[in-house]
Amino acid sequence: MAENVTPRVRVPSEATAGEVVTIKTLISHTMESGQRKDDQGNVIPRSIINRFVAAFNGETIIDVTLEPAISTNPYFEFDAKIPESGTMTFTWYDDDGSTYEDAHDITVG
Amino acid sequence: MTKTLRYAGLAVSVLALTAMAAGAQEVVDDQLVVNGEIPIVTEAPAPDYASALGTIRSGWTFRSEDTQMMQADDFDNPGMLGVEAARAAFNSEMGTGGESCASCHDDPESLSTVRGTYPKWDEEHGTVQTVEMQVQECQTERMGMEEPYGYNSTDMINMVALLSSVARGTPVNVAIDGPAEATWKQGEEMYYTRYGQLELSCANCHEDNYDNMIRADHLSQGQINAFPAYRLKDAALVSVQNRFRGCIRDTMGETFAVGSPEFVALELYVASRGNGLSVEGPSVRN
Repeated sequence: MAENVTPRVRVPSEATAGEVVTIKTLISHTMESGQRKDDQGNVIPRSIINRFVAAFNGETIIDVTLEPAISTNPYFEFDAKIPESGTMTFTWYDDDGSTYEDAHDITVG
Repeated sequence: MTKTLRYAGLAVSVLALTAMAAGAQEVVDDQLVVNGEIPIVTEAPAPDYASALGTIRSGWTFRSEDTQMMQADDFDNPGMLGVEAARAAFNSEMGTGGESCASCHDDPESLSTVRGTYPKWDEEHGTVQTVEMQVQECQTERMGMEEPYGYNSTDMINMVALLSSVARGTPVNVAIDGPAEATWKQGEEMYYTRYGQLELSCANCHEDNYDNMIRADHLSQGQINAFPAYRLKDAALVSVQNRFRGCIRDTMGETFAVGSPEFVALELYVASRGNGLSVEGPSVRN
């Protein structure tokens, strides 16, 4: 189990219909590649976030596969068009089977 | 007349460019404003004893635009992860007394004057103390911790980053007179002493040759107002004295230890060369 994993998301809370907004996400994670060895020469087992998904009202916006070469604390920034009020959900999938989730409401006024 | 018109046209296009950049990013020109609300002084007149520099410049002014922009927004600054971790530690119990930092200090914001004024003479111990030494003193003498944070441990660097983050925008203003003067003189002596097989002093690079390239590296003035620095090549926060060690190592010399009296003296002297700049850490550097 990876320790101290905390997801962070920055999403605007309001938007106009059809507006393209910028979303920033960051999750603290060691992203151990599985290529390194410890002091005794034993391979440190791989432990990474292997998938990241963002969805808006259930519809997938972005679905990312992460590989071991991605460095610690993976950061994603992307744009999304907001057609209506709703909830944006973010899910990170860990190698150990756990998932980390965050959600933000966006109001179209 | 034609000339004036042409200049006017140029001014308009420059303005348009600036406006575009401002829309997408927080950084405009050479001004660093963190989170759009904390202005940072990145250039200032040099103090008398550092008059060779003319203008003192934060290391931020030497970095590429991409790196500069990462520091303008806490969300983009990976060093803030360390600050968050330290904020949790600040409120958690340490040692035998069941006390946390917050038991005495309420919140980190109440310590916003610390980072800019340390290293500082400590009357009780009769020595100049860095922030790290002060944290260790609290932990061992007041909180009953047998094993305080290691001087260069991640926990310690995070804690210094927290104290630095709440002090951002306040001026660096370390005292160099009075009882601290002897230590400061020792630091000055070290600054101009050539070390290692390459026989390089701090001044050779950071006073005589700042803004020049040393092979692939763009030399800064070696200011430490922005430490702890998140170094992209290390993907971690780096403490001031760890950076000193790296510099002396690069001269192919045997370095002083992190936390040694020599490095404390050097830290006081180098900090004083930045008197007038803003506290900036945790910063982002390459």
